[in-house]
Parts: sequence; C-alpha cells; structure tokens
Amino acid sequence: MAGTAHFSVLVEVRLREGIADPQGATIERALPALGLSGVTGVRAGKSFRFDIAAADDADALAQATVVADRLLANPVIEESAVTVEPTGPGA
Amino acid sequence: MPTRVGVVIFPGTNCEHDAVLALQRLGASADLVWHGDTSVAGYDALVLPGGFAHGDYLRPGAIARFSPVMDAVARFAAEGGPVVGICNGFQVLTEAGLLPGALQKNRGLRFLCTTVSVRVESSDSVLTAGVGAGTELAIPINHFEGNYTCDADTLARLQDEDRVVLRYVDNPNGSVDGIAGVCNEGRNVVGLMPHPERATDPLCGSVDGAVLVSALVGAATDFGSGRSAA
Repeated sequence: MAGTAHFSVLVEVRLREGIADPQGATIERALPALGLSGVTGVRAGKSFRFDIAAADDADALAQATVVADRLLANPVIEESAVTVEPTGPGA
Repeated sequence: MPTRVGVVIFPGTNCEHDAVLALQRLGASADLVWHGDTSVAGYDALVLPGGFAHGDYLRPGAIARFSPVMDAVARFAAEGGPVVGICNGFQVLTEAGLLPGALQKNRGLRFLCTTVSVRVESSDSVLTAGVGAGTELAIPINHFEGNYTCDADTLARLQDEDRVVLRYVDNPNGSVDGIAGVCNEGRNVVGLMPHPERATDPLCGSVDGAVLVSALVGAATDFGSGRSAA
C-alpha cells in the first residue's frame, strides 16, 4: 500500500476509578513484607504491545483505539490508554 | 415435536453435558450447537453453559463474544427467544452486551466451589417463572470471576425494573447488591453465576435447580408454540 508507515502501539488497560481491585489490594498487602510501608494506591492492570501498518499517525491511533475499546478493555469496568510511536516507513 | 433447546459450546466450555442432561431430565430435547455455527434455527431456547470459553483469555467471555454463533444468539434474543447464560455463559452474555454489567474477580481472590443459598427475587423471567419470589434454593457455585459489578445508574435501573432475578443469601464473592443473576429488559435473557443444572439429581446433593431448569423448558415450549402459531 503506497504511503504505508509502521507504528508500534502500547495499550494499557486498568480498572476504572472506583471499581474495586482485589488484585491490587492483595499486592499492596504484601508490600510490608518487603519492609515498605509508604506504598499505597496499588492498581493492577494489563499492557499490550502490537504493530500497525497505517497511512499516518492519526490513522494508526484510530485503529489502535478500536482495538483497545472494542476488545482489550471492557468499558463497563476498565479504561485504556493508547500510545502510538512510528517505527519507520513501510517496505 | 418436543421442546428443543440448543446448548452453545465454545472451545473450552465444560458444562455442556450437565446442561443437556438436566434439560433432558426435565422433558426437553437438547443438543449441542458449535460456536462456529451461524444459525440457531429450530431451537426454542438457548443455554450458554459454564466453562472457560476460548480459555478465558483476555477476560472471561471477551473472545467468545466474537464467535460466529453470537450474532445468531443476539438475533434469537431480539426475537424474544429464551437465552440463559450460566457462569461462563453469563460472562459471555455481559461481554456481548446482551446483559448489563460485568463479572470481576471474586472479592478475596478465592476460587469458590461450594453450594450456596440463592433467593429468587423475581418470578418474571424465563428462568424463574412460576417460582415464588422469596424462594431459597441450594445451588452450587464454581467460579473465580463471579463478582457482579455495574455502575450506580445501571444498578438503580436493575432494581427499579425488578431485573435482579436471583440474590445470594450470604454474598460469597462481593457482587454488588448480592446479585447472583439478572435479566434483560425483555426478561427473556437471564445470566446467573450459580449452576442450576448441577442441582437436578439427588445424587448431586440438591434438586433445587430443577425448578429453574423446568421454568426455562416451559418458557421454551411457550416460545416455540407461539412461533409456530405465528
């Protein structure tokens, strides 16, 4: 495809504010065992990396956002952050 | 023609035979529908049984939602056909948007495998028709992600519209408002975490699930005869 460029995408998915995060809470409860008492607000999430061939930055972001919103995150309980970086022009 | 119920299986579903046996025991004919099928023609009701559809990868039900059969399930539900999702099937129905809310990891992060008391809160659904509100049933649960969650507006709506079909007597998993099962606006799609199909034979320790499976068979028969009269 003429004009195609390649992008590296990072999608971070985390629970929405106010949604209980038993996994984060359990991790937080383990921290005193490391001798750390000042670490609070632990929230567990997931991250995903993938590559996209797209016309330009905006196109890559639009495609990555579809992947994030329609598959990687469940909008009922989760939100996502999408980061797109160019990795070079296409072959 | 006997009432025909389709039990939808995905790769990783593992409760389909329990569901088929329970449905047959209560008078329906039941057979398996593969997730790659694109039609559910001829069925009077559908059950999405428990298990680990597509390995529960990403989130329970997240991949199953894209299985070809789900378009047919959604059409069947839109036509008023009875659809019941049990455990993983409930998770699939929420991910598919056929039921509101989501199922999170249990409070306390314990996998729960035990028999609990569940109270029928509404008789107005395809799974609870004819079962009096307030009836308590002993039914097994078997899940890690059964903690029902939804936003405050959705919860208020479910309560106002009498769509909380089943509640736990003692909330085992942190579900909001003790919710064990909900239905859609049409009351023909029900999702629940407990496994009524596993409580239909005295050998299993309880037969309390039989009234629910029976109600579903009754709803299927009504839907089937309504359709053939149309």
